[in-house]
Amino acid sequence: MAVYIKGIGNISPQHTFDNDSFLDDFIEYEEKFLLATEPNYKDFLPAKSRRRMSKIVKMGVTAALHSLKDAGIETPDAIITGTGLGCLKDTEKFMTAIINDKEKFLTPISFIQSTHNTVGGTIAIMLKCYGYNFTYVHRGFSFESALMDGFMMTNENESGNYLIGGVDEMTENFYKTRRLLGRFKDEEVKNTELNSYKIPGNIPGEGASFFVLSNDKTTGKTYGSLDAMTTFYRPKDNTAVEKEITAFLERNNLTLEDIDCVVLGNSGDKENDEVFLHLQEHYFQKQIQTYFKHLCGEYYTASGFGFWQAVKIASTQRVPDSIRLNEIDRPIKKVLMYNHYNKVNHSLILVSHVGV
Amino acid sequence: MEDLMTTLKGQIIEQLNLEDVAVADIGNDDLLFGGELDLDSIDALELIVLLEKQHGVKVENPKEGKEIFKSIRTLAEFISKHQN
Repeated sequence: MAVYIKGIGNISPQHTFDNDSFLDDFIEYEEKFLLATEPNYKDFLPAKSRRRMSKIVKMGVTAALHSLKDAGIETPDAIITGTGLGCLKDTEKFMTAIINDKEKFLTPISFIQSTHNTVGGTIAIMLKCYGYNFTYVHRGFSFESALMDGFMMTNENESGNYLIGGVDEMTENFYKTRRLLGRFKDEEVKNTELNSYKIPGNIPGEGASFFVLSNDKTTGKTYGSLDAMTTFYRPKDNTAVEKEITAFLERNNLTLEDIDCVVLGNSGDKENDEVFLHLQEHYFQKQIQTYFKHLCGEYYTASGFGFWQAVKIASTQRVPDSIRLNEIDRPIKKVLMYNHYNKVNHSLILVSHVGV
Repeated sequence: MEDLMTTLKGQIIEQLNLEDVAVADIGNDDLLFGGELDLDSIDALELIVLLEKQHGVKVENPKEGKEIFKSIRTLAEFISKHQN
């Protein structure tokens, strides 16, 4: 059964909240990490709820509500969320309070709001949605696990609208600790120079990407179809990745020739990007090549942004200059996203254009 | 007492993250619970911690809570009475 993308809500460091545009303007950053460009939350969240929400909850809930509104759905049949780190800011807040106040004077709000499923739970409470509600916390597979769950659920059920999404937030503390491990660039770098590899490490970021999946093609708008997806863990080398991609295409009765455009997860870290550079040069030679982490930065659920980009390319059949890696042009029907987090969690997601 | 009440209003706004509420918006005798601020039981816990941390006073008897947290004035009176 076909799975269609019916609604989108994407909050990121770029202007991605307006679903009628597709990277019409590009925000250039020269920062240690990229922070989300947030919408006016007052338009979406009641004051009483808003004042207790940390940034990740506001981003996640607003992106989710926006995608539901976009799809014309009031209450979804399931809420499936993925997050690598959950509500990090609130966790840091109460942990810092424990240390600073010598385990006295602990306030409840940041503790209550610090659990990983706060976003999914808050969406459910606001919508009075008593259906299936699940939060996947699987590091670099968090978004993929949520998408896979929604994908299977849509495939197995006759009808239904399933809200899925990924969300993570960036904090100063997280930046400082990860930088010590050499994961992040330790100087401010222009995001337009992501692929220059002058400094080791990636540019971290944050964002919330939510989607409504359904097998109903006719009602409302349809951005594209989610045809297939898979994940694989720690491939041995570049050849193993090539084999995974070829096998994935074969399982879906496709050859590489059928893929018109690829969305790649180049992060600016030379070591991690080696496989992308290899594929750009030796594998996806006839495909339009695009990348996305100069727009949103690297984070556990950045593949949510990559999926958004794949869906928008399939929907508009257009590739903005700001995401191009090569000059190839061909009609766009099928878009393949390939991403990995730190060479550990690899994913392939196939999206197709859906004609009217 | 006036100074303490003004300080309390600022602390409550900050602690409870009351967006769009200024010190001048809170009257000394306005109801904190059930009034315009519409605070709830979780806020009450935050206020108990605020009193202990910022002013060094403890609410020992929960039965007194309703009266202590009635308004900014009753809170200030409770602090003044118990600080010494």
